Amino acid sequence: MFGRDRSLTSLLNDTFIRGILFQALIAIGLFLSINWLADNTLSNLANQGKTLGFDFLTRTAGFQISPTLGTWMLDYKVGKSTYTDVYLIGIINTFIVALLGILAATVIGFTVGIMRLSDNLVFRWFSSFYVEVVRNVPLLLQLFFWYFAVLRAMPSKREKLELVEGVAGLNITGLYLPAPIVSDGFIYSFLSLIGAIAITFLVRRYALRRQAETGQILPMFWIGLGIIIILPVLVHYLNGSPLDWSLPEFKDTGPKLRQGYQSGAGMVLVPEMLAVWLALSLYTAAFIAEIVRAGILAVNRGQTEAAYALGVRPNVTLRLVVIPQAMRVIIPPLTSQYLNLTKNSSLAVAIAYPELVSVFAGTALNQVGKEVEMIFMMMMVYLTFSLMTAAFMNWFNSRVKLVER
Amino acid sequence: MKKLSFLSALCGAAMGFGAVASANAATTLEAVKAKGFVQCGVSQGLPGFSNADDSGKWTGLDVDLCRAVAAAVFGDAEKVKYSPLSAKQRFTALSSGEIDILSRNTTWTMTRDTQLGLNFAGVNYYDGQGMMVPIALGVKSATELDGANICTNTGTTTELNITDYFRTNGMSFNLVAFEKADEVVAAYDAGRCDVYTTDRSGLAAQRGKLTQPDSHVVLPEIISKEPLGPVVRQGDDQWFNIVRWSLNAMINAEELGISSSNVNMKKFQSKLAPSVARLIGKEGKFGEELGLSNDWAYNIIMQVGNYAESYEKHVGLNTPLKLARGVNSLWSNGGILYAAPIR
Repeated sequence: MFGRDRSLTSLLNDTFIRGILFQALIAIGLFLSINWLADNTLSNLANQGKTLGFDFLTRTAGFQISPTLGTWMLDYKVGKSTYTDVYLIGIINTFIVALLGILAATVIGFTVGIMRLSDNLVFRWFSSFYVEVVRNVPLLLQLFFWYFAVLRAMPSKREKLELVEGVAGLNITGLYLPAPIVSDGFIYSFLSLIGAIAITFLVRRYALRRQAETGQILPMFWIGLGIIIILPVLVHYLNGSPLDWSLPEFKDTGPKLRQGYQSGAGMVLVPEMLAVWLALSLYTAAFIAEIVRAGILAVNRGQTEAAYALGVRPNVTLRLVVIPQAMRVIIPPLTSQYLNLTKNSSLAVAIAYPELVSVFAGTALNQVGKEVEMIFMMMMVYLTFSLMTAAFMNWFNSRVKLVER
Repeated sequence: MKKLSFLSALCGAAMGFGAVASANAATTLEAVKAKGFVQCGVSQGLPGFSNADDSGKWTGLDVDLCRAVAAAVFGDAEKVKYSPLSAKQRFTALSSGEIDILSRNTTWTMTRDTQLGLNFAGVNYYDGQGMMVPIALGVKSATELDGANICTNTGTTTELNITDYFRTNGMSFNLVAFEKADEVVAAYDAGRCDVYTTDRSGLAAQRGKLTQPDSHVVLPEIISKEPLGPVVRQGDDQWFNIVRWSLNAMINAEELGISSSNVNMKKFQSKLAPSVARLIGKEGKFGEELGLSNDWAYNIIMQVGNYAESYEKHVGLNTPLKLARGVNSLWSNGGILYAAPIR
């Protein structure tokens, strides 16, 4: 029979068998080293009289957290809220600053990146200066700069800088804006907005088909804008406008300590959050600007020339010829920048913004002392955020990438 | 074999080699002797307690404790290396084996003693949490602080104390918690907060960093008990004893009137009070019982000084901190400083 009289050496030289053998050896080695590390951790923890476990999550937390989106959403109350709430507050605050940062960084980055390619000398110089300065200074220093420089420039707690008379104002304790108070019927206004967006998509599909068949172009932008604004507004007012606004309240009489913007009226964005948002957006935008510039320059000049030769106008050329081709170069590095921004948000701990690292790995960890569990939980959050971002961007990339036949 | 979950396996990988290093050393004393120095966790700069000067030399009340342990172990107070730690890093650094002693104005609380796998070896400064406000605010008492913005550090007991105090008095407040003390001072100085709260010794130490130190006032209320002391890992009683008795030796030396200026004279004196003879190693084998040489306490007093010397040099009335002894006087002088006897 085949194989029966084969020697051990020839068995080892068989690529299939050899492959299995070495993979098995590596798997066993990996298992043993992980096992050894885990065993070591457990025995070291046992030596210190500590155990692994997540029961601390149901204990109540005895410390105050500064007012942010997270504390507002979970209605954080000292002595009632648990460490699970603290964890969620950290996640929400990290998420919101990462999301806002990604949006702002994208807008600023694309603007600056296109400005660097502009024919206008002032635009070009300004954007080059911006990119070179911002991307070459460490982010932590920029964070301190925006926090402390801006803090010192603000009016004091008992003064205000009114942006819109009685509606929005600014001082050292934060940016005060009206807060929406939602009553029961508001859900219909919200649903009608979603409906309007869906209708716009359907109309757009019809418009594209009509254009393909007859060559006639519908003014899609104006139609879409009309549907998205008029429908929800109509529903909202027919329903008796079930949305109120709570305006910020400023007092300059009474005891000195109570003067200034009053808590409980309106909405406040604390300066810590504004500084984190600003620093993260501006820093990442510098990198995005270079990515955008690279993407646009990667599109062959012949593409633009061909479009011009066909009589296509410059702005349409940029929108329909250059940008779509540039996008497939831009998207992969852009994804990395989004991931960087999310993870960099953990630097916010330095300036007292209560994100995950600050409230959970800082304050809560010191009270509870479960380093292994809590650092693990925190790593999982960043991993999840990053994988979600990467998944979305990969999906987006697959939509814009070059279709090869 | 222990049953392992995927989680603990991953955690094991995360803990990595820090855990391995501490698992191999049998006792802390052996490990310290083998590497030739004591690794001491201190603050990132709190004048009077642990602060580095321009040349990188660390001084302070907390630093003196580490120097005392080095003097007891090696007979040389300079054999100390310092790890500046933030409030939130400190316990992890100690339990991972990165440092041998944590001497960083750390409050002894039950949670920390029982849940963190650590032991407090004593108290080297009895403190309490206080509040500082600008004089211009016109506040005379902490009970008038309803609605105030308060700046403090993360990862300390101050966060809990201030929350408790305001809840007890039915007042509202906003807490802005920074990772490092320098940023707290800077934010308070810029006017972000109405109140700066930390231990009263810390307020005295940080006041000098404000642009106008004299236009701020510390309110009379002391809202907590803050016994500050050195911390060691749980489970090594020998090392725990060495740290505890190094501190006790300094306090006992003050009580017995032994200081760095007269300890040498005492050593050659033939007629000594038995308690002094035991302290400086002329009678009994107290050092050997600790695993050290019998002149351990002599070395501490000779090279570091007794508690009073250390106090007056770093935080006393002739220093910028100007902290009176108060409750930190010896029990025999009306304070609560009371060390168990060496006998």
